Amino acid sequence: MRKIEQAKPVIICILTILVCGFVIIGYSPKNNESAASKPSTQIIKNKGSDTMVNLAQAWAEIYTGITSTASVEVSGGGSGTGVAALINGTVDIANCSRQIKPKELELATQNTGKTPQEFIVGYDALAVYVHHDTPLDKITITELAEIYGENGNITQWSDLGITHNNCPSDKIIRISRQSNSGTYFYFREALLGKTRDFGLGSLDLHGSKDVVEVIGRTPCAIGYSGMGYATSHVKMLEVATAPGEPYYAPNLENVLAKTYPIARPLYMYSLGEPTGEAKAYLDWILSPAGQKIVEKLGFVPLANK
Amino acid sequence: MNILRKKSAANVPFSETVIETLIRLCGVSSIIFVFGIFFFVFREGAGFLFNALDVGQFLTSPEWYPTSLTNKRYGTLALILGTFSVTTLAMCIAVPFGLGAAIFVSEFCSPKLRETFKIIIELLAAIPSVVWGFIGLTLMNQLIIAVFNTPVGLTMLNGGIMLALMSVPIIVSIAEDALKAVPDSYREAAEALGATRWQVTYRVLLPAAKNGLLAAVLLGAARSIGETMAVLMATGHSVNMPSGPLSWIRTLTATIAAELGEVARGGEHYQVLFIIGILLFTITFVVNLVADLVIKGIRQQ
Repeated sequence: MRKIEQAKPVIICILTILVCGFVIIGYSPKNNESAASKPSTQIIKNKGSDTMVNLAQAWAEIYTGITSTASVEVSGGGSGTGVAALINGTVDIANCSRQIKPKELELATQNTGKTPQEFIVGYDALAVYVHHDTPLDKITITELAEIYGENGNITQWSDLGITHNNCPSDKIIRISRQSNSGTYFYFREALLGKTRDFGLGSLDLHGSKDVVEVIGRTPCAIGYSGMGYATSHVKMLEVATAPGEPYYAPNLENVLAKTYPIARPLYMYSLGEPTGEAKAYLDWILSPAGQKIVEKLGFVPLANK
Repeated sequence: MNILRKKSAANVPFSETVIETLIRLCGVSSIIFVFGIFFFVFREGAGFLFNALDVGQFLTSPEWYPTSLTNKRYGTLALILGTFSVTTLAMCIAVPFGLGAAIFVSEFCSPKLRETFKIIIELLAAIPSVVWGFIGLTLMNQLIIAVFNTPVGLTMLNGGIMLALMSVPIIVSIAEDALKAVPDSYREAAEALGATRWQVTYRVLLPAAKNGLLAAVLLGAARSIGETMAVLMATGHSVNMPSGPLSWIRTLTATIAAELGEVARGGEHYQVLFIIGILLFTITFVVNLVADLVIKGIRQQ
């Protein structure tokens, strides 16, 4: 018992020091920053799509480096989160990997008195990923629909006409996203239209990056994620809309030519006509300098103006 | 001034009343919070629960299609079974380890070792669940793939191991207290009769502390049922009827965590997620109530 009594003050001391340390580390840079740059820096709040979060962060970092009058705060959470924040008027710019719904537009206008303005800032091609050992290079939307759709009739790799040596069970493991991510909605609509659902029993992962990571470790898996997330462990398939149609690889030219079938625009929404720093930021994003970053992160930049 | 006031006898009753009121407020506030949370969760879900939801389908159908455009189905059977199966598996792992550790710490090890153990076990309790989830997603995933030769390691087994690791500290500390609470006279009497240390533990201490040990297990189970982040990351998050330790599952808590962030406030899906909240609240309430009654049982002995 005496041992505990002796040990306790020591533990409490250590904990106190740790907590103090964290508090100091946590607060001091912020204080310095606000003290040093308070008069001149305006903060642009930017929130939304998880698909776009890496891109938005890269933009923010580089933009903060080249300007002294603004800094950009980026957070993810999903397209819906971004739109919700826009409706509540708590962000300057919302990132969205789908178009804003008319109802949301109306709510935002009602709540904040300003109509959200839409900017297309780039394109995202959803690539269909498989493990790099998979002896498959091409797939059609029809086949994908049968793999992912409810009561679909393709459940094994042999149904696609291939022998997958690294997948002894032959069973296709479907990797999907949580059922309310923008990517999930978009992929479902592109494959199945508005009337059919995805089958249950897929692994619903919680981020674009996780999808590619799990596929990279799973020879039996197939999945979908942004084109920018490719690693050396996975392979992107060429996609055709239907059997007999030409196959297109997910790359810049095909997306810009609108021949690649699973590509979508990426949006940014400002509350009302952007002004001041937010306008400067959006102009910069749409400029060649900003678009170069889009390409660098594996997304597709706007056609050169 | 202050010191004078403290020392003057006339003011002691006043400061005492202040402190007493404060303490009473603290006690009452926790009750208010619990009921407030229950009220809030219930209010958000009640409209749909009583008017539109097919409760039979909700509890017995495995079809969970909350975002379907044409045919929304809110069946949670797969999620309920997911929660229970992963909790059961976690308890199968955690109970032997937890109780074993508690018995060792309280009866068999030297006082010095005991202090070290207790500090380490308490540290285990301090690791945030998202860190456990991350370990499950990366390390344990690969380990399970290698050991069981399965295609994906994000399985019930993975989640169960993570939950077991998280509930062991709770089980150990409560079970140890229960063993400590057995009067020393029991041990002395048993030893005087010539019992070995193991016989003392097995025949005397365990029966005497059984209620406390049961409470430890139940509180550990409640922790497992309520856990979110680790199971979200480690179990594969797949709407599947569980068919074995290597199947992918999804739990009730993980469903709320993954989907609540992006649903329209007040919509059907939002309300259904709150109804799942009510369901979870009921489950943990029952488990905690049983644990409480069991603990009360100890006191009366």
